[in-house]
Amino acid sequence: MASRVGRRSRNGLRVVAVLYVTALVLVPLGVITWRTVRQGGHAFWSAISSAQAVEAFRLTAIVAGSAVVINIVFGVGVALLLTRYHFPGKRVLSVLIDVPISVSPIVVGLALVLVYGPNNGWFGLPLHNAGVDIIYAVPGMILATTFVALPLVVREVVPVLEDEGFEQEQAARVLGAGAIQRFRRITLPTIKWALAYGVVLSIARSIGEFGAVKVVSGNISGSGQTQTATLLVDERVEQLEPGAYQVSLVLIAVAVIAIIVVSVIRPKENVS
Amino acid sequence: MSIKAVGVVKRFGQFVALDGVDLAVESGRLTALLGPSGGGKSTLLRIIGGLEEPDAGTVHIDGVEATGVPAQRRNVGFVFQHYAAFKHLSVYRNVAFGLEIRKRPKQEIRRRVGELLELVHLEQFADRLPSQLSGGQRQRMALARALAVEPKVLLLDEPFGALDAKVRKELRDWLRRLHDEVHVTTVFVTHDQEEALEVSDELVVINHGRIEQVGSPEDLYDHPANEFVMGFLGPVTRLGDQLVRPHDIEVLANHVDGAIAAQVTRLQRVGFEVRAEMSAGSDEPWVQLTRGQADALGLDPGSSVWLRAAPHAASLTLQGCEGADLGEDGLRGAGPTEPGGAGAGPGEGRRGGVGAGTAP
Repeated sequence: MASRVGRRSRNGLRVVAVLYVTALVLVPLGVITWRTVRQGGHAFWSAISSAQAVEAFRLTAIVAGSAVVINIVFGVGVALLLTRYHFPGKRVLSVLIDVPISVSPIVVGLALVLVYGPNNGWFGLPLHNAGVDIIYAVPGMILATTFVALPLVVREVVPVLEDEGFEQEQAARVLGAGAIQRFRRITLPTIKWALAYGVVLSIARSIGEFGAVKVVSGNISGSGQTQTATLLVDERVEQLEPGAYQVSLVLIAVAVIAIIVVSVIRPKENVS
Repeated sequence: MSIKAVGVVKRFGQFVALDGVDLAVESGRLTALLGPSGGGKSTLLRIIGGLEEPDAGTVHIDGVEATGVPAQRRNVGFVFQHYAAFKHLSVYRNVAFGLEIRKRPKQEIRRRVGELLELVHLEQFADRLPSQLSGGQRQRMALARALAVEPKVLLLDEPFGALDAKVRKELRDWLRRLHDEVHVTTVFVTHDQEEALEVSDELVVINHGRIEQVGSPEDLYDHPANEFVMGFLGPVTRLGDQLVRPHDIEVLANHVDGAIAAQVTRLQRVGFEVRAEMSAGSDEPWVQLTRGQADALGLDPGSSVWLRAAPHAASLTLQGCEGADLGEDGLRGAGPTEPGGAGAGPGEGRRGGVGAGTAP
């Protein structure tokens, strides 16, 4: 009796979950795939190999790649700081790390323009006078992308560091390992998979970022351009030009492949 | 390699973990730091190992000042309660870790790790991961890892605390034998008085950040310096103006000199022993007997008997009425008692009197 009720409610939950994921994820992604496929291989190839598209992909790679690297370095650093040390303001820092998730990317972009904008930004004007442009240029796009993806590495790594505690590092220390040896031999292998997952999420988030990048980039296509792949998709949709589905599909594919690769190679949670 | 700590003070915020501790550990001995949780014993061990910095005081290892030397350069072995196994490394690589850090030649590492794995009976587990070992095996691996670098001193922080009772017993016998073989100066922290009495050459009782007494296990058991030490090392009950161990009370059918009249209120059998709770005036002592003794006396609830401390008994004469926590409820209804006749030596004031001691 009890097991039958249990089975029934489990099946019910399964149906709800499947419907939910289907309606929100599978159908929209499926439609994009379908539209791309229907337009054929030739349309796909010409859409993603046009000079504008190639430039946009290149820029996306540069911006996302830089943002991910920055977020790996600072994410691991901040995670170590939050889990290994006690200092005043620790809780404030922990809350601030989550701000990028709750603030709309458009607002982030606007805030960056106010601070770094070349005309009246706090730091922007002196920097502009010194010949450094941040807003309406690649550095600003990297900054915006880094900002929106900031919590992803930290939030993956912190729980693992908390779970594992400090003892392995202390044991290594007593055995003679210096700080760099401890990090390389103990800490890094411990957080390896959490870090990999954080990186994949950061990559997916970074290549998909639109709002903040749109505000700070100026969306200039052509030479010295600031048009990333997502901005290109937006332009194609706005102007009812072909190519939006194909470029979108490439972006989706990169994110999905990254997630699949990590979940395949990530070892099963073993019992300790 | 001796250890010497002088005037060590450590505070964590408002909490005083160590309040001016002096400790001297002789070379080659197995010393236990015994005390209740939060008493400061682990903190002292971590300060010796360099994992904590003292707020004041100095630490010398092997005659060399170690006080500001970082842990990675002290060449000590440290074993943690929860093993601190390197989870991503095999048993072999765990044990080899310190030698790899020291960039020893490959053959030397292989030979040394082989020897150590044999010593801790893990030779057939060299390729396993720590997660594939039992708790006891993990702790033996941790011990081999600590010994691999030929440390000047070996420090063990509640090494058997996370293991179940049977494995704990096995491992401490094994540790004792290992120490007889290896002879490295060893300090281990425990809150288990049986473990400390059984394994150590020397016992240091620590409470409230201070050392209460230092001596051999027999010495501390038979000549406790104060109520705390007496109570911490074993059960204690109160007979007249004396604190005695319940197994050191003689139960007599007839009156003899110095005996106190008492009535049995309750008999409880625990395995081979019988605990007889008594009522003697305002006191409620309890006596630990063997079953044979209880039967021979024909004890029943209500029986009238005479009690006195056995002639060889370790006892403390109470000087005040303040009740130290004895771990046992031996001081229920403690009334004021006059300073005892046999009380030798000065009391520390804050504790009960100092023992009249024993005459074996």
